[in-house]
Amino acid sequence: MSNPVRAVVWLAVAAVGAVSVATIGFHRGEQINAMWLVVAAVCSYALGYRFYSRFIAAKVLALDSLRATPAERLENGRDFVRTNKWVVFGHHFAAIAGPGPLVGPVLAAQFGYLPGTLWILAGAVFGGCVQDFVILLFSTRRDGKSLTEMAKDEVGRVGGLVAYVAVVSIIVVLLGVCALIVVNALKASAWGTFTIAMTIPIALLMGVYVRRLRPGKVLESSILGFVLVLLAIWGGQWVSQTPSVGEYFTLTAPTLAILIIVYGFAASALPVWLLLAPRDYLSTFVKLGTIALLALGIVALRPTLHMPALTRFIDGTGPVFAGNVFPFAFITIACGAVSGFHSLIASGTTPKLISRETETRMVGYGAMLAESMVAILATIAACVLQPGTYFAINSPAGIVGQAPESAAGVISGWGFPVTAPDMHALAQAVGEQTLFNRTGGAPAFAVGMAHIFSHSIGGQALMAIWYHFAIMFEALFILTVLDAGTRVGRFMVQDALGHVWKPLGRTSWYPSILATSALMVAAWGYFLWQGVKDPLGGINSLWPLFGIANQSLATVALCVGTTIIIKMGRARYAAVTLTPLIWLVAVTFTASYHKVFDPNPRVGFLAHAQQLAGGAPAAATARLIFNDRLDAAVTGILIVMIGVIVVESALGWARVLSGRAEARVREAPFVATRFAAEEQG
Amino acid sequence: MMAASVFSRFVGRVLDIVRATLGEIFEESAYARFLQRQGLESSREAYARFLRENELSRGRRARCC
Repeated sequence: MSNPVRAVVWLAVAAVGAVSVATIGFHRGEQINAMWLVVAAVCSYALGYRFYSRFIAAKVLALDSLRATPAERLENGRDFVRTNKWVVFGHHFAAIAGPGPLVGPVLAAQFGYLPGTLWILAGAVFGGCVQDFVILLFSTRRDGKSLTEMAKDEVGRVGGLVAYVAVVSIIVVLLGVCALIVVNALKASAWGTFTIAMTIPIALLMGVYVRRLRPGKVLESSILGFVLVLLAIWGGQWVSQTPSVGEYFTLTAPTLAILIIVYGFAASALPVWLLLAPRDYLSTFVKLGTIALLALGIVALRPTLHMPALTRFIDGTGPVFAGNVFPFAFITIACGAVSGFHSLIASGTTPKLISRETETRMVGYGAMLAESMVAILATIAACVLQPGTYFAINSPAGIVGQAPESAAGVISGWGFPVTAPDMHALAQAVGEQTLFNRTGGAPAFAVGMAHIFSHSIGGQALMAIWYHFAIMFEALFILTVLDAGTRVGRFMVQDALGHVWKPLGRTSWYPSILATSALMVAAWGYFLWQGVKDPLGGINSLWPLFGIANQSLATVALCVGTTIIIKMGRARYAAVTLTPLIWLVAVTFTASYHKVFDPNPRVGFLAHAQQLAGGAPAAATARLIFNDRLDAAVTGILIVMIGVIVVESALGWARVLSGRAEARVREAPFVATRFAAEEQG
Repeated sequence: MMAASVFSRFVGRVLDIVRATLGEIFEESAYARFLQRQGLESSREAYARFLRENELSRGRRARCC
């Protein structure tokens, strides 16, 4: 394409994108079509990738296609393997795409579709993608070092320690919240519980199949596993309609919580091949297929968004979680906009597969754009629901009451009409007893997804199957995060304890495996239990805590990125990481302040504890007060750590910029690629 | 005719990439490299050795939220 033609094409993309964003931003009082969000996203991503990531690649990071990557220099056919860029892209996307970009946007939809959509677009293009790209490149230049190692080497010992504690903290909070979402999705649902329970023997069967019957045929076993999961969904309907069987799978939230805690411990202590790996394969298989299906469904159906652009709850009185649109929309949606957790993946397996340095742009920046698109799809799935239905599903009993009539009355009183008979009919259509008070985001997403799918394929007759397919898909996702996360956390704890007493650091020593697995499971299990027992549904307290932890990790990653950019002598371009860093510091500090000190008991942990302390004394109340204070302490610790790393980084930048310290980056020495001819050709 | 041939080459290339990506995600490629590196034929024992070799790095692989 010649230059003028190319310029015209990009101008057209920019114009279409601008019109779409303006339509999303300025339409009030009438419903808009979901395709405006899709088009705005596609145009923003195309422009961000073509221009912004190219600028970062050329000017800020100075990617060098002639520099050998660790996959070339250290190639061992095992961890370090030169891999096709599209393959690395798919591999990286599969690792970063989890339940977060699905659940966060659904919860944030209580503010309307506008705040979440704008944050997802701007946050990804200017923040999340930049973070993933920069960390991937810097890890690639350091032989695949992890974020914590880079923080220690480049920022300082304190930075390394803070990064380590932040990683362990986020894993603990994340797993607690994820488990809570599964519990809320499965409680009193025989169909859902049966389907998810069946995925455990299916995963075990896959493990045995691939090890004993058809060694190494993982894809084949995943297809088999997927077929069995579909049969389990189909069988779940029979279970839910057969009271004598269904009663065994109709479980309360505390019972489900205990089962998930036991499962997490088993998954961490059992050999990887038996449960974790096959489950991961199955989850990835379902994940990639379902996301593609959802995208096709939305494009085919082109649904109307019933949720308004902004709701009254931007003032902080929302039933899903309390807090103003700033800062809470920005910590509620982490994955999909900026997710610190991605920096662990970008400094984990992916840098060891990169063939050429220039490919980090497509893999790091590009895969995050794809994840951001998933968040847009989730926003659409939530906003195609009638707002009354959305709030009926997502509002906890502590806010709207347990009785369907009273809950419907409260929600209608907010200006979002809904009736108990309508909700009952919807519950019947999806094969559930009730859809009131199903907090956590997963059931609302599943209803939205079932709505889109059933209007595309199968009509109302398949609504229940699609709903349970969506629930299975989310729970499978989440349980994979749970077992992988518990194991990763266990290894991190073992690494730390190994400094205290060597045998504890041996990852094959069973007493250490059991002790550290129990420690990790107890830590996230406590948060889960706290959420299950919380009269406000748990999400109100725990999801913001998770958001703060995740954005804190992003702050660490952006501190590392900015430090390295300044040390590279490119301080004039440091704004590319410094700007999202300043934004995240503002967001996390403000959110943390509100979560700890806000006088509104629905927002501030301490105010809530004080309110409870003023009531009638009881054992349950004492525990709730303790939980509030614990959450306040965890938030406080996170924010102090972030303060420490930001200050340490800023002092380091000042020393380098004033010439008081040597600007020396600790990257692997330059080695010319053996494939230079191929590059130049 | 020419366009059809270009299109079929393109589709073939896309399918190759999808197959390779699935192979990498599902670690079939890693197993094939292991067999080549060790000079082994695929068998239960070889796969068990491959799993043992990968146990540690596999277990440390985080899955994002």
